[in-house]
Amino acid sequence: MGLTIIEKIVRNNIGKEAHPGEIVTVNVDRVMIHDIFIPFVASKFEEMGFTKIWDADKAVLIYDHLVPASQVDDTRHFRIGNAFVEKYGMKNIHRADGICHQLMTEAGYVKPGDIVFGTDSHTTTYGCVGAFSSGIGYTEMASILGTGTLWIRVPETIKVNITGKLPENVMAKDIILKLIGDLGADGATYKALEFAGDTVENMTVASRMSMSNMAIEAGAKCALFTPDEKTAEYCGIELTDKERDLVGDADAVYCKVINYRAEDFVPVMACPSNVDNVKPVSALLGKEIDQVFIGSCTNGRLEDLMAAAAFLKGKHVAPFVKLIITPASRKIYREAVANGTMAVLAEAGAIITHPSCGLCCGRTGGILTDGETVIATNNRNFLGRMGTSKVNIYLASPKSAAACAVAGKIVVP
Amino acid sequence: MDQFTGKIWVLGDDIDTDIIIPTEYLALKTVQDMAPYAFSPLRPELAGQIKEGDIIVAGKNFGCGSSREQAPEIIKALGIQCVIAKSFARIFFRNAINNGLLLIENDKLRDAVSEGDEITVTINEAIMHHGNQYPITSLPQNLVDIINAGGLVKAMQRLNHVSD
Repeated sequence: MGLTIIEKIVRNNIGKEAHPGEIVTVNVDRVMIHDIFIPFVASKFEEMGFTKIWDADKAVLIYDHLVPASQVDDTRHFRIGNAFVEKYGMKNIHRADGICHQLMTEAGYVKPGDIVFGTDSHTTTYGCVGAFSSGIGYTEMASILGTGTLWIRVPETIKVNITGKLPENVMAKDIILKLIGDLGADGATYKALEFAGDTVENMTVASRMSMSNMAIEAGAKCALFTPDEKTAEYCGIELTDKERDLVGDADAVYCKVINYRAEDFVPVMACPSNVDNVKPVSALLGKEIDQVFIGSCTNGRLEDLMAAAAFLKGKHVAPFVKLIITPASRKIYREAVANGTMAVLAEAGAIITHPSCGLCCGRTGGILTDGETVIATNNRNFLGRMGTSKVNIYLASPKSAAACAVAGKIVVP
Repeated sequence: MDQFTGKIWVLGDDIDTDIIIPTEYLALKTVQDMAPYAFSPLRPELAGQIKEGDIIVAGKNFGCGSSREQAPEIIKALGIQCVIAKSFARIFFRNAINNGLLLIENDKLRDAVSEGDEITVTINEAIMHHGNQYPITSLPQNLVDIINAGGLVKAMQRLNHVSD
């Protein structure tokens, strides 16, 4: 019997086949802790009685939610993080380089076939390079730091085949939003998503990242793409045979198979206040908006900023709309400056912020109030996510967001 | 082989973490302070009726919603020995094991029992109810060890020979 991608990753890790439903202990290849949870991880780690990290080079600490600090209390997290790094000999720390999920792949911490855990639900992102990655709590993170292992339940897999050519105004974000709408917010709970078909084969790693990032919004444990030449180039590696083999076998067992034709996709938005409340943009036309946010670990990459810039070139943001642009990393920021993208965005009237989680986690950079409406490219539109509980958050692609910024209302890009 | 018998409380599908403990009580100082409000949006009297050693039997997607670790802690604080459900939400499942609360997945028991029935659970083997046997998937020893230790922090303390 054939295997799905996640079944192969688990087999390669533990040295024997394990089937969906089985609980196995895996050896962890990399962990990511961000600034919000480092104080809890540090105290649990010591309460557990550990005196040494199992492999300090496999742990990565990233400050992103609180960077730069907007409240005096935020600095406590940096103080505790810095002390932890010093005490346990960690080398991998990023204090102002960008958002954790962007940095984990961009800085080469994650490779195809790796098993990675992070203290953030959007850790599913690294499936874009064929890694099994998932979010956990701080208690478990503390135990991994001590032991290098974690138990997992081998998930069943939902296969998503997408074939054909996407319409010009549709981005990977529209695909993942449509899928979440179709599956429902718990439609993939416990399960792995596995993407295949020529549409995803033709996608950039950055676009795949937007999709794996949001898999958690359908409850998924991970979301996997087969590593290919694009993955190899992105990761700066030569693929091994084992990595090339991370493809779902023809006779693998899937709990569900979903087939989409790329030509059928249209621009969509997730409407307030659930990510699975997905509607075509054409059904929302004319809704007036107050703000647009293009950024986050979902859509703050160079191709996203360039897609927005291509639309905004020679145009200007509507008079009452604030357009906030937040690159996902310092590297992306530099590249967008170097290729002229930032100049176009600035000319169009954008407010460009430092790379960080920023507005997506409702901490800084454009908090909204009752009755205001924001078109945002990030991953959650829950009540109170970006300000008060009466803010209307519509999740959209960078192309849709840029079009709305110019029009001052919801329009089809 | 670990075996126990208990009286059951029967709940439906999608018992979310806001039902298990509403947000308004999360600011109370201890889990013991919160426990009387467990399940209050659904059945306000339930927390007061649950006795040490009782068992919850529920439908699908038990524990869906937020990642609050208080949800399994409170169920444990009420004296519940284990929760048997058709399925569990992923984060709740991990938080429960890590807090020493035993969870068992079984998709048939829920529709065969009535509230107040007694069932006998043999860990890693089966559930017995009115002479019918419901096999259960075995938990690996490391998970049983976490539960028996009283949670992940205590299990790690044991590993590191730390006494609390």
